[in-house]
Amino acid sequence: MSAAKHPRVALFVTCLVDMFRPSVGFAAVKLLEEAGCVVDVPAGQTCCGQPAFNSGDRATARAIATRILDTFEAYDYVVAPSGSCGGMLKSHVPELFADDPMQAARANAFAAKTFELVSFLTDVRGMREVNASLAATATYHDSCSGLRELGIKRQPRALLKSVTGLSLTEMGDSEVCCGFGGTFCVKYSDISNKIVGKKAEDIAATGADLLLAGDMGCLMNMAGKLQREGYGERIKVRHVAEVLAGMTDGPPIGEADHGAEN
Amino acid sequence: MSARDDILATIRRSLGVTGREPTRRDVVEQRLMRSPRGLIPKRADLPPAEQVALFIKMAEAVSASIARVASLDEVPDALAGFLRAHNLPMALRHGEDAIFTAIPWDRQKTLEHRSGRSDGNDLVGLSHALAGVAETGTLALVSGNDNPTTLNFLPDTHIVLIDAKDIVGDYESVWDRLRSRYGRGKMPRTLNFVTGPSRSGDIEQKILLGAHGPRQLHIVVVG
Amino acid sequence: MFLTTETFKENAVEALGNEQLQRAMHNVEAGFIGKRKAAADRLPEFDQLRANARDIKNHTLAHLDLYLEAYEANLTAAGGLLHFARNSEEARSVVLDICKRVNARTVTKGKSMISEEINLNEALSAAGVDPIETDLGEYIIQLRGEHPSHIIAPAVHVLKEQVEADFRRVHTHLAPERNLDEPESLLGEARAVLRDKFLKSDIGVTGANFLIAETGTSIIVTNEGNGDLTQTLPRIHIVIASIEKLVPTLDDVSQILRVLARSATGQDFSVYTTLSTGPRRPGDPDGPEEYHVILLDNGRSSMLGSEFQDMLRCIRCGACMNHCPVYHAVGGHAYGSVYPGPMGAVLTPSLFGVDKAGHLPNASTFCGRCESVCPMMIPLPKMMRHWREREFERNLSPATFRAGLSVWAFFATRPWLYHLATRIGMLVLGFAGKARGRFSWLPLAGGWTKYRDLPAPAGATFQAAWAKRPRT
Repeated sequence: MSAAKHPRVALFVTCLVDMFRPSVGFAAVKLLEEAGCVVDVPAGQTCCGQPAFNSGDRATARAIATRILDTFEAYDYVVAPSGSCGGMLKSHVPELFADDPMQAARANAFAAKTFELVSFLTDVRGMREVNASLAATATYHDSCSGLRELGIKRQPRALLKSVTGLSLTEMGDSEVCCGFGGTFCVKYSDISNKIVGKKAEDIAATGADLLLAGDMGCLMNMAGKLQREGYGERIKVRHVAEVLAGMTDGPPIGEADHGAEN
Repeated sequence: MSARDDILATIRRSLGVTGREPTRRDVVEQRLMRSPRGLIPKRADLPPAEQVALFIKMAEAVSASIARVASLDEVPDALAGFLRAHNLPMALRHGEDAIFTAIPWDRQKTLEHRSGRSDGNDLVGLSHALAGVAETGTLALVSGNDNPTTLNFLPDTHIVLIDAKDIVGDYESVWDRLRSRYGRGKMPRTLNFVTGPSRSGDIEQKILLGAHGPRQLHIVVVG
Repeated sequence: MFLTTETFKENAVEALGNEQLQRAMHNVEAGFIGKRKAAADRLPEFDQLRANARDIKNHTLAHLDLYLEAYEANLTAAGGLLHFARNSEEARSVVLDICKRVNARTVTKGKSMISEEINLNEALSAAGVDPIETDLGEYIIQLRGEHPSHIIAPAVHVLKEQVEADFRRVHTHLAPERNLDEPESLLGEARAVLRDKFLKSDIGVTGANFLIAETGTSIIVTNEGNGDLTQTLPRIHIVIASIEKLVPTLDDVSQILRVLARSATGQDFSVYTTLSTGPRRPGDPDGPEEYHVILLDNGRSSMLGSEFQDMLRCIRCGACMNHCPVYHAVGGHAYGSVYPGPMGAVLTPSLFGVDKAGHLPNASTFCGRCESVCPMMIPLPKMMRHWREREFERNLSPATFRAGLSVWAFFATRPWLYHLATRIGMLVLGFAGKARGRFSWLPLAGGWTKYRDLPAPAGATFQAAWAKRPRT
């Protein structure tokens, strides 16, 4: 069993998936296994450190990143179901160690083997289609970090095309930010609301009944706004990995689990 | 310390240099002397005839109008025809450029033409361009007694004569002409690149022609 | 100094509630984004030109002292007069001294952000000189007693009905019954009113988009032609520019000109690109008799060599704000500074101090769209983050936020505690949110739940569930 054929992949589960949406983690594991990977979830992981990094707290961001380098050293790949955390790990972790020659080499090696989930499946593992079906009309929001830091645009759309019964319809301004921005959405909630309000209108205007994206932060923001604005009945919200993995039995984001009331 | 010396000193402190480093001085001197060419878009890398065609296409795309004549002999008719078609008086003002003495004005006896700068009362200005740039349909006009700058901006209508052989592909070719005419490092007082008639989008981002400069730009390509 | 960045949050709330502003802001998205993209797409070499433009400016900044000296020598040889100004006050006093010497009554002005930066109009008025803005947008906001809300479209926040009202209020010499319904008639009226001012002006003040070291030339790039009338008709032309406008050669500036208009307005080239070198020459029938250039530093020389040096590449095209979701939401005035949008969020703290302008680099989602369209490839989000770092180091970020961050950091660096805490926390939240699947309100989450529901967690964390998964 060669490493190239069955690489050891560490799932970087991300804090929002860990806490709010474990189903995305299981969907990611399933997809990675379908792509021939041997998946592990290192228990020593917490967060990618982006909240500290983007708040100007470089020391904390470095402390977290140092732990990450240790925790994930032994794996062939590190994969995160998020463009935002993926961007932090791939682009910004090396930046944190740019002035530290010893750690810089490790950080660069770590960055080189770290990927966002969907682009890893297509670009590294060569996945062309998935074995999943869902009768829905979906629209896909391009989360900013994934789109602009990691170049994720066609990959999720390519795989979604192979989902039986699913049709894709593009929203206006799919590349425009949803207004989440990490702590931005609570620090500048009025501005964030204006931005996500416009996003909700763009989503609603497509007539789609399913909103997909690759980042839990954006998804929770958009789901919360759609539900607050009364679109919740018509438009369900899911992480793209759940659809690709065919794991859509559980409730959509922000909905009660009516099947599990016991 | 003077403001000048203070600013230069702060710049040098920030950059961690003294200003006396021979290699830095050399790099700067060489660049100023050689002015290395940058990337020139392929768009205008064409044989001369096609450059003229591209120039016309690009100028029309920015709302300039174009007339093409075979020689200076045809210019009076072309000018009179344009003025008539636009209900303009048969009068225009131009500079002392030699081209204006070479035009057989008596072919259009009613066409009044005076020379000198504009004081703001001329409806039509006539200029001779140093060059035309095909890549964006741009005219290059040089200040001086030959073609006073006021004629480019004050009259409502600006007509520009350009010799077809003065149409070049790119801005860099204009720099070449300037350097050969004025010498390296020297420039005319004013060089106006003009690309279409004046416009503004300052009211609700709607583009309107004729802001402060000419409302119409008419180009007569000669040859 | 007009600086209300400290009340950015309040400014933003006010802007969000301003219906006219919100209507006007649609024009930014409609007027700029598609045109920029189309212009960029029409030129296959566009991205390579951006890279060249970036490299040229980097080279210039690294040799700025020497290029300034070369510029000075060539400008002086052409008969121009160069004045260095360390700060706004010095720059203003150069202008005021010239006005005084020639007993100037009116100064016509081309559009200049440096003039805004140094508050020139207020100083001129105080000295009894009448400053007349001649760019249509600048003229409109001058009538309104406002400052620009955008660096290339200063009146983008104004609707045409408002322009009509302002013109009727100020142009009282014109017939009250005249029709001003259409933008065309507004433009025509401004043209006629200002034409007279151009012809009577004593001094013309313009900015500069570029200064060329090779030839001692200043360049203005405009569409209206007002800048050219401003600098051609009066006896004196004063250029005010900041030191980073330097570019080595004519060949270098053509690289940057190819990305400027395309990024700004989506034109392949602006209508007027004017290169000025010195005053009227012997035999010239027109042009200024005196040509002055004021070179302003205002803290820029200290940005060199710092993590903010890249900002000095900025060519003021406005593409960053045209593509910024925060700018779209609140408009330019909310930023409370001369320079709004992403470029302002980086530059304003440099010019006026991060203690006053701390909100600006924080009020960004880091979506990165600004950087992706910047013709000079300036890493704007990265530099906003650098400002956040400076704030954090200097303890300028809000205490509650810092406290929250340090609690979070405590757990994030201790995995077992982290998993324990998230496990308990999510169990509680999951239980509480089970019936509806989301919360409309939750303690400590008011910033979120004021405007949107908060999806409830499933209950068990992924890590907990993974640890308990059935193994094969």
